[in-house]
Amino acid sequence: MPMSEWWSYHPADFLMFSLHVYERLFVLHNQALWPAQLLALTLGVGLLLALWQPRAGPLRLVVPLLATGWLFVAWAFLWQRYVPINWGIRYVVPLFVLQALLLLVLSQWRGGLVLSPQRLTPRTFGLGLVAYAVFLHPLTALLNDHGLASAEVVGLTPDPLAIATLGLAALARSARRGWALLIIPLLWCLISAATLQLLEAPGAWVPLLAAAIAVVARLMPHG
Amino acid sequence: MLVEPPPLSRRRLLGGLLALAAGSALPPLIARGESGEIREVPATGESLPLVGLGSWITFNVGDDPALLEACTAVMAAFFAEGGRMIDSSPMYGSSQATIGHALAELDATDRVYAADKIWTSSPSEGPSQLEASRRDWGVPRFDLLQVHNLLAWERNLATLQAMKAEGDVRHIGITTSHGRRHDAIERILREADIDFVQLTYNIVDREAEDRLLPLARERGIGVIANRPFQQKRLIRRLEGEPLPDWASEINARTWAQFILKFIISHPAVSCTIPATTQVEHVRENLAAARGPLPDAELRRRMASYVQSL
Repeated sequence: MPMSEWWSYHPADFLMFSLHVYERLFVLHNQALWPAQLLALTLGVGLLLALWQPRAGPLRLVVPLLATGWLFVAWAFLWQRYVPINWGIRYVVPLFVLQALLLLVLSQWRGGLVLSPQRLTPRTFGLGLVAYAVFLHPLTALLNDHGLASAEVVGLTPDPLAIATLGLAALARSARRGWALLIIPLLWCLISAATLQLLEAPGAWVPLLAAAIAVVARLMPHG
Repeated sequence: MLVEPPPLSRRRLLGGLLALAAGSALPPLIARGESGEIREVPATGESLPLVGLGSWITFNVGDDPALLEACTAVMAAFFAEGGRMIDSSPMYGSSQATIGHALAELDATDRVYAADKIWTSSPSEGPSQLEASRRDWGVPRFDLLQVHNLLAWERNLATLQAMKAEGDVRHIGITTSHGRRHDAIERILREADIDFVQLTYNIVDREAEDRLLPLARERGIGVIANRPFQQKRLIRRLEGEPLPDWASEINARTWAQFILKFIISHPAVSCTIPATTQVEHVRENLAAARGPLPDAELRRRMASYVQSL
């Protein structure tokens, strides 16, 4: 296609499915996984506690669990449910696998992941993102027609998983490791925000705001 | 001002010939079928209902049982109203599988005019893609295969021409949308051996009227008008506005019917392919093909009215 033609497209022309179909993905996903949501929420609380008072032992445990979440979502949600209605997502699946590997390697390699509890602002932003992903993001389903049946639960669906990981990346003391962990969740949040915006979904700005907060937190000194 | 399509008869045939001889813009070769208007595509001799069914977005529902059932209900209503052409593409996510599911549920593979597309920039993959599409539909062969949006069109069209020569597809064509690459489409219409061209044509997107529609008509190539409602945007824009009183002269009771009647009354258009998820909408769309269609003067009035809103 000539480059000039790309400018003649309306963003909505790239949309392949309706908001109703997209929301139904989460309804069916939740029905298929119930009661795994309870376990996922429990693990989410565990992640938040481990990041609240970071110690090497718990971190070495919860970060691999987060990595498992990336692998699970790549397979169970993206590949099984999302790719059939959006073929472009097949190119995103390897990125989720790469993010899982990054989490595994960076949480175990050369002393593991060290967080920076001293600085108040990045700590507040980082923990705030994780707390939002675990407790509040599922409630955004109340804004749509399906209610909590379509709740997006951390560890089982991509948006809260990416936002929680942004929180972790914002907290990392090492800038290099922090940025390495931030890129793919950031990319996903941009994809998700664009999709939700095109679908005219309520809360389309949420992933965008989460990404912005994580970047700001990451740019702050971590001591 | 109005054209009441006459029944298929000697009088209709003579009237059509006279109209052609006079260079009239009256729709040629229109016949009233048992359930709506049909128009013959000269290049193929095929007579198709003037309103078909698109599947972009609406049928991309994955394996959701409730939504598959809803799509099956839409297709059941479509066939019950006399519809035949359903159009899809491998680009449309799970739409082909949804159509196949409904065709199997309705036992309707012999009722559908199956129109699909080849969509690959690697033409060597074309045959395997088309076979996968055919399996999704569950039809013995496609009635129409088109090169999607001119993608690698020369080699993909060669694939389709070879398939047609082998009897693996009945008709072939090429598509574009959003008014893009009309120069290339014009060249293909002049030079290539195709049966159909699919392009965007509606009451506000009328660029095709200048060269492509007259050329297709001259060459006997069928025209499928896509994006009749600009993917709902046109309907949304008009739904707060009143239909003009004179819309009743052509039995247009809704904006959708007003728009569809404008499209299918162009003499070069073989059919248009609105997509929908609603049974009542598919009935409304098919009903637009029945009753009087506007003549050239009323078409101008319709376009001016919409432009003025």
